[in-house]
Amino acid sequence: MASVLGRYGRKWSLGCVSYHKNHLPRFSTVTHSAVPSEPIQQQQAGRSMNLYSAINQALHIALESDSRSYVFGEDVGFGGVFRCTTGLAERFGKHRVFNTPLCEQGIVGFAIGLAAMDNRAVAEIQFADYIFPAFDQIVNEAAKFRYRSGGQFNCGGLTIRAPYGAVGHGGHYHSQSPEAFFCHVPGIKVVIPRSPSQAKGLLLSSIRDQNPVVFFEPKWLYRLSVEEVPEHDYMLPLSEAEVIREGSDITLVGWGAQLSIMEQACIDAEKEGISCELIDLKTLIPWDKETVEASVSKTGRLLVSHEAPITGGFGAEISASIVERCFLRLEAPVSRVCGLDTPFPLVFEPFYMPNKNKVSRKYWFPKICVTTWCSSASWQLVFG
Amino acid sequence: SLNSLSPQSAIQQQRTTPGKKKRTLNNYLFNSTPDLNSLWLTFSVPEHPFLIQFFWANMAFRVITMKSGAMMATARYLTRRNMTHGGSCCGNHHHHHPPFERKKQQSCSRSLSGFWRFNSTKASAVDVYSSDEDVTNTNHHQGLDFPGGHVSYTHSLNFISKSSTQNRVPCYRVLDDNGVVIRSSSGDLESQLQQQPLISQQTALKIYREMVRLQVMDTIFYEAQRQGRLSFYLTSTGEEAISVASAAALSSDDVVMPQYREPGVLLWRGFSLREFADQCFGNKDDYGKGRQMPIHYGSNKLNYFTVSSPLAFEEACMIQLLLCLNSYLQGDFHAGLNFAAVTESPVVFVCRNNGWAISTNVSEQFRSDGIVVKGQAYGIDSIRVDGNDAIAVYNSIRAARQMAVNQGKPVLVEFLTYRVGHHSTSDDSTKYRPMDEIEHWKVTRNPVSRFRKWVEGNGWWNDDEESELRSATRKQLLQAIQAAERTEKPSLEEMFSDVYDETPSNLREQHEQLREIIKRHPKDYPSDIPV
Repeated sequence: MASVLGRYGRKWSLGCVSYHKNHLPRFSTVTHSAVPSEPIQQQQAGRSMNLYSAINQALHIALESDSRSYVFGEDVGFGGVFRCTTGLAERFGKHRVFNTPLCEQGIVGFAIGLAAMDNRAVAEIQFADYIFPAFDQIVNEAAKFRYRSGGQFNCGGLTIRAPYGAVGHGGHYHSQSPEAFFCHVPGIKVVIPRSPSQAKGLLLSSIRDQNPVVFFEPKWLYRLSVEEVPEHDYMLPLSEAEVIREGSDITLVGWGAQLSIMEQACIDAEKEGISCELIDLKTLIPWDKETVEASVSKTGRLLVSHEAPITGGFGAEISASIVERCFLRLEAPVSRVCGLDTPFPLVFEPFYMPNKNKVSRKYWFPKICVTTWCSSASWQLVFG
Repeated sequence: SLNSLSPQSAIQQQRTTPGKKKRTLNNYLFNSTPDLNSLWLTFSVPEHPFLIQFFWANMAFRVITMKSGAMMATARYLTRRNMTHGGSCCGNHHHHHPPFERKKQQSCSRSLSGFWRFNSTKASAVDVYSSDEDVTNTNHHQGLDFPGGHVSYTHSLNFISKSSTQNRVPCYRVLDDNGVVIRSSSGDLESQLQQQPLISQQTALKIYREMVRLQVMDTIFYEAQRQGRLSFYLTSTGEEAISVASAAALSSDDVVMPQYREPGVLLWRGFSLREFADQCFGNKDDYGKGRQMPIHYGSNKLNYFTVSSPLAFEEACMIQLLLCLNSYLQGDFHAGLNFAAVTESPVVFVCRNNGWAISTNVSEQFRSDGIVVKGQAYGIDSIRVDGNDAIAVYNSIRAARQMAVNQGKPVLVEFLTYRVGHHSTSDDSTKYRPMDEIEHWKVTRNPVSRFRKWVEGNGWWNDDEESELRSATRKQLLQAIQAAERTEKPSLEEMFSDVYDETPSNLREQHEQLREIIKRHPKDYPSDIPV
């Protein structure tokens, strides 16, 4: 049952996500850096499309709006292995959209150089699992480019896109979520969208942001996540978390594909009378502490969930920061529901993944600490 | 004719044209009569294959003409050593030389041990091909189309090998060790022109002056570090010609991405001694805002990217990349060259092969003939130049730049030189190399004095000007150091700025927290940094 839900839970819950799109997204009260943006005009005409089409559209817009922008990577010329770059080479020419040699270190190094010369470089890493040869370039060059030069130089035009996360059959090298490695690097931004409309806006913001951005795209959602996406050029603010579901009993924080799992768990919790507040972090560094803090101050409980292994995952940072800020307000320990501390397995994926069963299990436990409420159902779940 | 009898000529590629009988090993072994012993024995003797044929013939062995493809392949594999299939390439990568012509020059190798199993087989002369002419033409046309292009094939299982006797790529130089222009021995105009210094008096004098100033700067800053006034320093001693003369050959618009031993470029472009000192002292006038160690200069107005210590580099358009030997082994070097070649970027890759990566000698770094041969591997034109000859440096970079810009392609220039100084002030190179070696390069092969001889030989310089320049530079440097030392450091805020284009909330928070701690314990923190 869990495996069925694990595999198809996303699909179902995505329908729920699209329903939430009928109301305007909430923005936190934190003022963000001066990135020009406009909220999604829900009233404006949108077209139903999936994640890879939304990203494709964002890239079309980015290339059209700036003649000094370039998209490159392995196999992007023919449209990309995930079809995210379809039509770009035909429309903008091979001098702007081109294949690179099979060398991530070179792709990112080349991109940094392009960005350092005031171009916008959108480099694609074919799978986030392969980003590690470029790690030195990202950490030691891109992240420090502006700082080490005293602001004389920068590679702000750099955006690195990579599909990340479980896909159902990816195994070790097509399923990793390496965001935590990059969250430890001052100087870059890490952005992860949850849905097509979010992806388009966030990608355009990332490309136009004046800092190097690593943009992870949940590959499972490339085809699976479908929603109405406005066709015009719009940007969503970076470093602003979004409360996508309001609640009062517990705060759930996540990003990317995991949100659909968490949304599913929230709906199940609703049936048990637990009101969950779900927050999409969107930008992992610099992350919007204020929104999460405000939410946890309201609910008193926090649960963070991500696919990446639990030890040293970004959930640890969120947990530690919130405990520091909201200690007196917390009514239960901060929970983390994450991937296991193993390499991402193939046949064991349904067991590895932090699916909604694990999330449900975890958020009921903190409830026990509340003396004013308990139901037989929850006791049963805990001890049964 | 003798040709058709020679064992070498017998080694032919298998023909696949219709009408010719296809020979296979089996076919050959059981149907033909030549005694293979003779074949191998004749192969084993270098130099005079024809004579040996006669010898063996007299000994009643039958000399065979083998034209079976499979047999030949085995023969080649087992006997031939110096099939300089690839080794003789040197730019001429034709694998379809008429085989018998090639084989005349090659020496066949030895090793009979594996072939005695064919002892009893008798093979008759097999004439697969009707004439030698046919063979030539056929070989030229035999090939296959693979992704990447047409390639002719061979039945010889030969590896391209780097022979120890193969000559190293020669090194271009204009001045000899005494600063005299070497007259080209060949009479042709082109090589004579290439030997000419292409610099005007004005440029030459400026190059010389900057080389001297670099020398003086290195000496004074090194001393300052030893006195404890600077935390670190790194000299360009012995390599002054490379950075200064290269910069002279570039235009000021050319963006340079340096490694860390190229302050000569900045000197050429007008970076003042005070600006150097500011960076070394990390004061508030330092363009790097005190964030990096000394010698990590950068200047956007002079198109010189800020130095970074890790030996990676980024590639961009229209820039000259200056690489030190150390970085050659990094993957980025290979990625960078390959990308430049594929994207046809007008980049000049400059490698200072100074023999040492801290204490690691070149012999422990690579087994290829330096870095210049790497160019060919990546499809990049490359040249090796005497890096201690300022004129050769100038000429070669000028030519390389022209190629890069006009033809839109990358170029690789390897400068051979020697790191006379220690790797840095944290190094004592006498621990891993002999003093006399250092002295030799310092005195006999000094690029500055060598160029000085040429400049003086032209009547453009003299001793008085030399001493005046050196003392003036020394004075300016001491003043610069004093002033830079006295200038206050950047404020604490500069630790938090430029991480991003705008300071995010987490850094503002950390700044606040830090200020509070400093307020409570001011004595534990440097007082020269305004909080």
